[in-house]
Amino acid sequence: MAVETGIELRGLAKSFGEVRAVRGIDFTIGRGETVALLGPNGAGKSTTIDMLLGLLDPDGGSVSVFGLTPRAAVDAGDVGAMLQTGALIRDLSVRELVAMMASLYPSPLEIDDVLELTGISDIASRRTQKLSGGQTQRVRFAVALVSNPELLVLDEPTVAMDVEGRHGFWTTMRAFAARGKTVVFATHYLEEADAYADRIVLMANGTIVADGPPNEIKGMVGTKTIRATIPGAALDALEKLTGVTRAERRGESILLACSDSDAAIRALLAAFPDSRDIEISGAGLEEAFLTLTGGENGHGA
Amino acid sequence: MSLSFLNRSYLGFELRRTFRNRRFFIFSLGFPFVLYFLIAGPNRNETNLGGTGLPAPLYFMVGLAAFGTMNAMLSAGARIAGERAVGWNRQLRITPLTTREYFRAKVVTGYAMSCLTLGALYLAGISLGVSLTGSEWLRMTGLILVGLLPFAGLGIVFGHLLTPDSIGPAMGGSTALLSILGGVFFPITNGTMVKIAEALPSYWLVQAGHVGLGGKGWSATGWFVVAAWTVGAAALARWAYRRDTVRV
Repeated sequence: MAVETGIELRGLAKSFGEVRAVRGIDFTIGRGETVALLGPNGAGKSTTIDMLLGLLDPDGGSVSVFGLTPRAAVDAGDVGAMLQTGALIRDLSVRELVAMMASLYPSPLEIDDVLELTGISDIASRRTQKLSGGQTQRVRFAVALVSNPELLVLDEPTVAMDVEGRHGFWTTMRAFAARGKTVVFATHYLEEADAYADRIVLMANGTIVADGPPNEIKGMVGTKTIRATIPGAALDALEKLTGVTRAERRGESILLACSDSDAAIRALLAAFPDSRDIEISGAGLEEAFLTLTGGENGHGA
Repeated sequence: MSLSFLNRSYLGFELRRTFRNRRFFIFSLGFPFVLYFLIAGPNRNETNLGGTGLPAPLYFMVGLAAFGTMNAMLSAGARIAGERAVGWNRQLRITPLTTREYFRAKVVTGYAMSCLTLGALYLAGISLGVSLTGSEWLRMTGLILVGLLPFAGLGIVFGHLLTPDSIGPAMGGSTALLSILGGVFFPITNGTMVKIAEALPSYWLVQAGHVGLGGKGWSATGWFVVAAWTVGAAALARWAYRRDTVRV
């Protein structure tokens, strides 16, 4: 009884013409783990997910889901997914659509519970073609959950949601994961990966750049920048401040790339008390990846 | 008979959403119906149409029955193009729904639309004085339903190969071509054209309708052609469905 067998990706590769979307990746996910696939657009996250779900055949390597092929796992009703793109078919009510999908599975959840869980009870009788973008996403989430899957796969699920919607979404996801379910989600937001995953697999250019607990990954890509107007400051003096790795002039203001923004802001204010218009922000993932991958730029897909 | 399966099964929901789409419903059902009254209405008292010895209301009823049901069947499958465009068939592909169940739902939906179209045309015909024996009605209807099988497959093929942009022209064009070459509107008499027509499923659909005109139904060739198209279209449909998992 191989109950503990999780998900295994071995040497997985996929190209589209000249574009090598996924270049031979290996990783395993244990049952019950919540793993984030983090990476910028074109990193190969969606292609990896499509292969995990059996929607794409890999050019090389293999995928095993709970010891089965992706197709067999899907047929057994073990997999639920919210794909990156997609709308809903029309002419059904929200409840009917969820019930229609539930009818395809051996042991679905109660329709009412799923509507409640995903916060769409109040729009249950509305036709699917009359929903807002955020509501559509929530219905798609309900469709993924109603099968009561062992593996839940979410490909950039919060893209069309507002802040409040996101919060509710992740709360529901965590509650579902707490039932011992395995969850894999793709995102290009470090904050989401950090806050909601047990583990982050960092992808760029079709390869895995790093794989570890959120804290560790955050340390690698979580560089911050300080932007400020600093009268009379020379760039080389700024670069000598604790926590600052690089200083650049951007028009009137100056941009400081920081390895430790907390230390840098203290040092900055001590050395240049006249600094004003200060903003501290997280560097974009794209930028962080360029640093991590040594600026190598393959083809993004 | 219990209709409770409509509340629980995939097929039930599929039927429900088809009948709810008012535009689709009105066009596939209403178009042949209106066309019939436009063509047959003014000739309702003509009892010997073009020297055929047949009353005009009967002649046009069976012609439009072939055209209308073919159209309804193809359109039902062609709706798949719209579902694909919103990524729905990728969503279905990650459920345990089998190819067989998926096809069954699409084919049954197509037949439901075709039967309604047929019923509407029969009523329209009767209202203009068409009168057939019970056995003629039954034999004609039975053969038409069998003759629709290839179109069920072809509709699914269209739905999986085309996009919502191209489906309209492609469907309109093929329906017109199959209708004209199959003798839906004008009888085929030229030798070469008859040879071509006999190889088309639309011709045999028209012949099925002609049972109502005292025709004999299908020859062995007819059964063979319909069977061959059905098998071919089903194989194509299966292939088109299987390959169709990539993001559109």
